[in-house]
Amino acid sequence: MNIFNWVNDQLFKMKWLYNLVRILVEEIFNLSLETRIGTSIHFFIYDVIKIFILLSVLIFAISYIQSYFPPERTKKILGRFKGIKGNMLGALLGTITPFCSCSSIPIFIGFTSAGLPVGVTFSFLISSPMVDLASLLLLMSFFGAKIAIAYVIVGLILAVIGGILIDKLGMEKYIKDYVYGVKDTDVNIEEMIPRDRVNFAKDQVKDIFDRVWKYILIGVGVGALIHNWIPQSVIENILGQNNPFAVILATMVGVPIYADIFGTIPIAEALIAKGVGMGTVLAFMMGVTTLSFPSLVMLSQVVKKKLLGVFLAIVTIGIIIIGYSFNIFSFLLK
Amino acid sequence: MIIKILGTGCSKCGKLEKNLDKALNELDLQANILKIDNLAEIVGYGIMSTPGLIIDDEVKSVGKVPSVKEIKKMLTK
Repeated sequence: MNIFNWVNDQLFKMKWLYNLVRILVEEIFNLSLETRIGTSIHFFIYDVIKIFILLSVLIFAISYIQSYFPPERTKKILGRFKGIKGNMLGALLGTITPFCSCSSIPIFIGFTSAGLPVGVTFSFLISSPMVDLASLLLLMSFFGAKIAIAYVIVGLILAVIGGILIDKLGMEKYIKDYVYGVKDTDVNIEEMIPRDRVNFAKDQVKDIFDRVWKYILIGVGVGALIHNWIPQSVIENILGQNNPFAVILATMVGVPIYADIFGTIPIAEALIAKGVGMGTVLAFMMGVTTLSFPSLVMLSQVVKKKLLGVFLAIVTIGIIIIGYSFNIFSFLLK
Repeated sequence: MIIKILGTGCSKCGKLEKNLDKALNELDLQANILKIDNLAEIVGYGIMSTPGLIIDDEVKSVGKVPSVKEIKKMLTK
């Protein structure tokens, strides 16, 4: 076995943990992994621990990087770029700025008041929850590097194209008037010393953990259910290659739900194991992370109905196209 | 002294308020504390990540909860 495989198996896929939990289930609970109840419990414990470990490590590392790019600074950087370059940079900066959807509204107001084009702001808003370094590494751990990188690239492309479309459709007049009335102010944030960044990263881990642990438990629970208790044929008929509408269905189910990537991944993992196409699963994940009923309600504080509708339509259609493309070309990623 | 706490009622804003109270107490200072929870107003101060802390019209902290010690330093500067 070469070193790359070893790192991939032990570090990213956490084979050691898999085996440890197997010993726990078999020796201590006295349940065979041949039984449904045994595999369900194994899936649950293994996945919860694995996701909690990944969450802590990834959020810590990413928050450390994020501490160099607070939104106040991102605003200044983006102000210097025009046209498609602005969209691309907006999408890229979206991957390293805080992904909490609660901060998206102040960011929206701040960017708009600073005179950034509406399309650049939306490129940022689409990529911020959908694609970040955490999702890249998490997908790598669960599905391998090729799929993770492909997910990030198509996510960024969707963010760029979505933003450009919103610009071209002349959507800036559908931003609520009061947003334009906000005074554009720059604050000078004191440079942090490394110890501050470490503290900031620790706080972020704690914060995000507090916020998402229940979604992770629910996600892993649903994953275990799909994994062991719902017959393969049922899943295949609904979401499998037999159903030409599978991607659309997965997107429609995913869009209203609010969860982040850590809660979604165990469900995705279980669906893949049941033979659902990679594109269908990724469409579901993108729908869950990027759009949700609560985030749309929040966004409606700053944009008028028409822009909200256009945003929803562009992202949903984009996700569906990505889903079908992945299903068709998934053989390239094997 | 006028101190403004900016935030939309998140748990972090509560923590910031507590630390601020403690810092004021320890320094034996009096201040007029205003809580600002209107998003447009918050962003008008140039702040996009809450909670924020403004002491006498100067933005002192953004997007984090400063410790009692840090706030004391801000108050005495």
